Amino acid sequence: MRSRELVIVGGGPAGLAAALAAHEHGIRDILLLERDQCLGGILNQCIHPGFGLHYFKETLTGPEYAERFIQRVLAIPEIEISLRSFAVKLDSKKTLTYLTPGKLETLSARAVIMATGCRERTREMIHIPGTRPAGIFPAGLAQKMINLEGWLPGREIVIVGSGDIGLIMARRLTLEGARVKAVIEIQKESRGLVRNVTQCLEDFNIPLYLRHRIVKIHGRNRVEKIEAAEVNDELLEIPGSRFEMACDTLLVSVGLIPENELIEMAGAEIDPATNTPKTESLNHTSIPGLFTCGNAFKIYDLADGVTKDSLLAGQQAAEFIRSAS
Amino acid sequence: MNKLMTCIECPKGCRLTLEPDGSHVLRVSGHKCPKGELYAKQEFENPLRILTTSVLAEGLTLKMIPVKTSQPIPKAKLLEAMEQIRRIKVQCPVNLGEVIQANFGNFGVDLVATRSAQKPKVS
Ligand code: SF4
Repeated sequence: MRSRELVIVGGGPAGLAAALAAHEHGIRDILLLERDQCLGGILNQCIHPGFGLHYFKETLTGPEYAERFIQRVLAIPEIEISLRSFAVKLDSKKTLTYLTPGKLETLSARAVIMATGCRERTREMIHIPGTRPAGIFPAGLAQKMINLEGWLPGREIVIVGSGDIGLIMARRLTLEGARVKAVIEIQKESRGLVRNVTQCLEDFNIPLYLRHRIVKIHGRNRVEKIEAAEVNDELLEIPGSRFEMACDTLLVSVGLIPENELIEMAGAEIDPATNTPKTESLNHTSIPGLFTCGNAFKIYDLADGVTKDSLLAGQQAAEFIRSAS
Repeated sequence: MNKLMTCIECPKGCRLTLEPDGSHVLRVSGHKCPKGELYAKQEFENPLRILTTSVLAEGLTLKMIPVKTSQPIPKAKLLEAMEQIRRIKVQCPVNLGEVIQANFGNFGVDLVATRSAQKPKVS
């Protein structure tokens, strides 16, 4: 079995920053695994501006922010990049197995940084009754369809949940010619940044229904309409407040879950409420030499925050490798 | 009558209060940095936005190339600008920051690529 000094799983903003910092702190044998065909992770589909204000002191789009880090990583020969490489197994001794076209590779690492990001919560997790027609998408998936694949998921859209991805998608769909009829949020306030309420909803007169929930989805094959209702402070439906809205598509933007199944498989303690490692210190897990960073460690509001803390993860891993040798 | 708005220049999203005088702004308050004051005046007189979208690519490693306007354009023209962008197809390899269309839609701005894409390698 081959052994490596440092293996980083994930080539998004977290993994890229961790790789750069580990190299800067003296590690010369770094393998970066990325499951997609290119580096950049979720930033590739976040084509809107607003990234980099803290780190670069200017506003960049997601792909621009990513490309600055990608170019720096590609310029360092000691960082080996393996694309289309999907980590499938990890144990407490930091033996890692990954799938890459045509083969299954196993290697052991002195330190591992999991920069695996997060996934979206789905409709199933918020319990909307009704039928199960086509036309219900997590907002981030719709973002990928539009921005990377060039498909429009629907024409008449309702968005449930006012997280930043939902707000950004309200604007994106409007620009692409779809009609966004409503954003429905159960809380008293939007969960996204206020600037996104302004520039994504108010700019296009898209109504935001606070303290509302979707009570039913209708449609046989495709979504045909939804029923929404106002809720009180206990989040219970207020009688007589139901109304219907015709739509062919429902986007769900109700939060993100850190992706930590592999460190759990390795035996690291996980907090089931957040799906994040149980630890006192940033980027650590209960297994020495196994680190997590970026949205896998906790959900960040801004990519700049991911970069800042992931740079530290690279440094922490470098120090761990040095102290253990 | 004072006018309220949210500054969108950074994630802090300051709540701004404007004291207008006809078509001008006399005073701005609520901003935590100078950008907020400039934003308020611009937003009151002629609101501008950077437009970001993606355009179709043909024969490149990506199906879509993300683009942005090099400068902000009038907010009221965003949908009109999108109409024009829908007709654009990119065939040549592009580098980050390369101009996809100069003087785009007579807005006095360029449309630039925000990601690089090459021709696929034939092996
Ligand atoms: S006024 Fe300054 S600090 Fe406040 S939101 Fe605008 S740019 Fe940010």
